Amino acid sequence: MRKSFIETLVELAGRDPRILLLSGDIGYLALEPFAEKFPKRYFNCGVAEQNMLGVATGLAEAGFVPFVYSIATFSALRPYDFFRNGPVLHRLPVRLVGVGGGFEYGHNGLTHYAVEDVAVMRAQPGLTVISPADHRQGRTALLATWNAPGPVYYRLGKDDTTVIPGLDGRFERGRVQVTAAGGDLLILAMGAIAREAAAAAEALRPDLACTLAVVAEANPAPAEHLALLLEKFKAVMTVEAHYLNGGLGSLVAEIIAERGLPCKLLRRGIKTMPSEFSGGEAYMNRAYGLDSASLAAAARELAGGRK
Amino acid sequence: MAGILAALYSGPLGAARGKDPERDRFILSKGHAALALYAALHLRGDITRAELDSFCGDGSGLGVHPESSLHCVDFSTGALGQGLSMAAGAALAARLQGSPRRVFALLSDGECNEGAVWEAALFAAHHKLENLTAIIDLNGQQAFGYTEEVLSMTPMPERWRAFNWEVAEVDGHDMPALAAALAARPAGRPSMIVARTVFGRGVPFMEGRIKWHYWPMSDAEYALAMAGLEKLK
Repeated sequence: MRKSFIETLVELAGRDPRILLLSGDIGYLALEPFAEKFPKRYFNCGVAEQNMLGVATGLAEAGFVPFVYSIATFSALRPYDFFRNGPVLHRLPVRLVGVGGGFEYGHNGLTHYAVEDVAVMRAQPGLTVISPADHRQGRTALLATWNAPGPVYYRLGKDDTTVIPGLDGRFERGRVQVTAAGGDLLILAMGAIAREAAAAAEALRPDLACTLAVVAEANPAPAEHLALLLEKFKAVMTVEAHYLNGGLGSLVAEIIAERGLPCKLLRRGIKTMPSEFSGGEAYMNRAYGLDSASLAAAARELAGGRK
Repeated sequence: MAGILAALYSGPLGAARGKDPERDRFILSKGHAALALYAALHLRGDITRAELDSFCGDGSGLGVHPESSLHCVDFSTGALGQGLSMAAGAALAARLQGSPRRVFALLSDGECNEGAVWEAALFAAHHKLENLTAIIDLNGQQAFGYTEEVLSMTPMPERWRAFNWEVAEVDGHDMPALAAALAARPAGRPSMIVARTVFGRGVPFMEGRIKWHYWPMSDAEYALAMAGLEKLK
């Protein structure tokens, strides 16, 4: 999603001189198109993310729309307090871009795994939180939100080729995007891990017909649309490359509980701290039960006896 | 630090301009001293006496730390170590927009314990933000003790010179010296004014005493303090 995101940003920056790009010395083979086209609007701020967020706050107060880019743990978590007391508190249009949700930085280990970023970000009032499922949706979501009032957090995957079947790059604020229909079970997925959920749903047919929907906007939650979907099912499985607490599963639990919906919830995510070992993304997803086969087995069990 | 604010608000920040985009910016990075800022804003005509008297009242817009929701406060502060980065961004913005506006930030010496202050110091010097002027209220004290005992920042001026800032050292109670330092416009680098001050100056029972960082005055102590300040006039 990085490549298409930056290409789209170059397009937007060509039309709007308020757009700037700040990087925390991250983005090799990703940011060059912007840096080459707009050298005076690109700032490598060095390995100093707190300052980068403070600088972005000062720039935004003066009318700029700064995009701030790093690996998600370094853009979202390291300077979180600067983001909270800066763009969030001041309601300024800073766009924080975090690359690599879940296990995308595979062999780099926990310091590089953003597994709680959605939880801490969606707690902030007035902050839009966007986690696209593929690069086409990433582009559409950027076009739909780059000029939104207040700050935005974008959680981007690294995969610039895979597309979620049936998603067709759709994104609409306040809505989830249904990519496959079926009456037996609802699967909700957030972020690039949606590809595993999609593969699981496909593998389960025709025995189990699942509706799969992508939730790309974690804050404000598309609560009304989600509730309409949840009302139609006896069971839902949420899928996210994120700790179980505070992410998509929690968001859905809140909606089910507050509305008293008779829908059983299974949250699939990262249950324990991934600090004992590392490995490639596919390996780590399997190790933590987030690969398509594990998800399919979990879905079958959840739906068992309910058909 | 009241003297530093007086020098700013009778000098470069003398005109009340609300949120005029072309106003100079001021960031009270040591946000816990907002009461002194409110007094300066009152004297400049931004805040009424009634508003000033609402300080720390329930529902008041004038809390311990300043909020940019006030029409005369540029940036919300209170978490130490964040103001200089925002000031650097504001200064960079002015340059990008071709604007002559200046940016001022007031820091405490204890605040310089924060690593992010030094990230901002690097950034401002690297980008030669000559429209940025920072002031350190060097009173040698922080919440729980003297800075020399808690976490030494000595030698403060040399530290900033080593970071490629233009550094002026002044007596923070010398108004003409402060005014001259604020008027100086060194080319090609950001400015740091290290203002040496005496905590609680003018109130003998407070001067240099750690406990008055937190301690509230009794009515009798208030009368005594005001009498001490009258003598400074």
